[in-house]
Amino acid sequence: MSPRLEFFREAAAVADAEVRKLRRDPTELLSRAVQPVLWLAVFGQVFSQVRGIPTGDLGYLDFMAPGILAQSILFSAIFYGIAIIWERDLGIVHKLLVTPAHRSALVFGKAMAAGLRGLVQAAVVYLVAIALQVHIRWEPLPMLTVAAGVFVGSCIFSTFSLFIACIVKTRERFMGIGQVLTMPLFFASSALYPVELMPAWLQALAAVNPLTYLVDALRGAMIVGGTSVHTLGTSFAVMLGVFALLLALASKLYPGLAR
Amino acid sequence: MPSSVLPVAISTVELTKRYGEFTALDRLSLSVARGRIFGLLGPNGAGKSTTIKILTTLLDASSGSATVAGFDVAGDPVEVRRRIGYVPQLLSADGALTATENLVLSARLHGLHGRTRVARVNEALAFAGLDAVANNLVRTFSGGMVRRLEVAQATLHRPEVLFLDEPTLGLDPVARKTVWERLRQLRQSEGMTILITTHDMEEADVLCDELAILHQGRLAVLGAPEELKARVGSDATLADVFVRFSGAVLDHGGSFREVRESRDTVRRLG
Repeated sequence: MSPRLEFFREAAAVADAEVRKLRRDPTELLSRAVQPVLWLAVFGQVFSQVRGIPTGDLGYLDFMAPGILAQSILFSAIFYGIAIIWERDLGIVHKLLVTPAHRSALVFGKAMAAGLRGLVQAAVVYLVAIALQVHIRWEPLPMLTVAAGVFVGSCIFSTFSLFIACIVKTRERFMGIGQVLTMPLFFASSALYPVELMPAWLQALAAVNPLTYLVDALRGAMIVGGTSVHTLGTSFAVMLGVFALLLALASKLYPGLAR
Repeated sequence: MPSSVLPVAISTVELTKRYGEFTALDRLSLSVARGRIFGLLGPNGAGKSTTIKILTTLLDASSGSATVAGFDVAGDPVEVRRRIGYVPQLLSADGALTATENLVLSARLHGLHGRTRVARVNEALAFAGLDAVANNLVRTFSGGMVRRLEVAQATLHRPEVLFLDEPTLGLDPVARKTVWERLRQLRQSEGMTILITTHDMEEADVLCDELAILHQGRLAVLGAPEELKARVGSDATLADVFVRFSGAVLDHGGSFREVRESRDTVRRLG
């Protein structure tokens, strides 16, 4: 069997096991749905009355819906590292690492599972957005673009989370760092306001923040009249590049969890 | 057949692991013949788990060398992994998956597919005596059932060498004997070499062909259980041998992490 096929088979095995676990315990999915509901139903509705943020021809709720979708992906995926530390404490990581499977396939499989989880999360956000009469695009191609963005975004942030877990190695430290990382990533993106409104230093951060590119791609594909600053090609190239880099780094550090 | 004429399954030469100033394993040299059950004994912190982690490629040695099933653990780690099975001290079967799903995951990661996979998984369930609960979540299993599943999981791909880190820790006497029975079966039917770490003198006595006692990272003594007992005295037990060679009268008890992991395992076994 070719090494490439082996790699994908191994990653599929890990992803399959993860998805089975998720299907049995959907409580986490439901609890993670609370936050986007609050952001859209409370923050979004209030700010759409204030009209304090210039969003062009888009209503504020329409403007922020893709941002909240991206945020829910980020917040859900960024705590993936906790599960990895839990698996380490249970010896599951040790057992996986003693198999001849490629280390990168084990990490990639986890990312794939996070991607699938992200799609379920997106479905929940869509339901809330429909209830709040957000103007959603229903054409197949834009919907496919949203699905692809959500999938890649989940892969990025879950792998980033795994990378951090490999460094901190304990749940207590991870909880602290998880909070510290998510909020700057969220606020230094175009999720809540256009990048042009940011001070120059924040704009510089936003330019290297993968969440900015995810929100930008989603905004053009998800909302009627929504526009993207970057082309889809640029956004996906940046996101895939970041994912490839994180995958390489996390694969390098993952075996260290068993030491 | 004496060990010295059998082919070697595990060999270490001056194997050393240092963490800064602390030496966890100090120039360990030993060799285990194919088809033998070899026991590593020693107080907590003696270097048993460090040795297993190096031999299973989870940890790099600071110096020295080791081969498992004819492959260098540092130079050919993937070839080593293809030929070994490992049961960690922690209960590592995934409680959120069924017994079958745990086995299928292991099989897939060892490159077993199609009919071969189905056949091996069914064989493994029968071997572990878990056919009737194959589709139950592992979190509903008793400690003995989990350990049997883990041994089945670790041997699904028919490894040449099986490593077990305190496999019967926290098990009741019946479950413990069932695990021993499974290990003897594997040695007999597959000719598997088994390296086991244990604190349990009875386990070491009845199960192992040869023992090594480690003390503060060094090899204190090596030999067959009967041989070692004879060296200490005519009516000596293995516990006497252990105390004599490990200096475990005032055991420092191992690191905080090791003790926590042992207690976690015992707690999870109920």
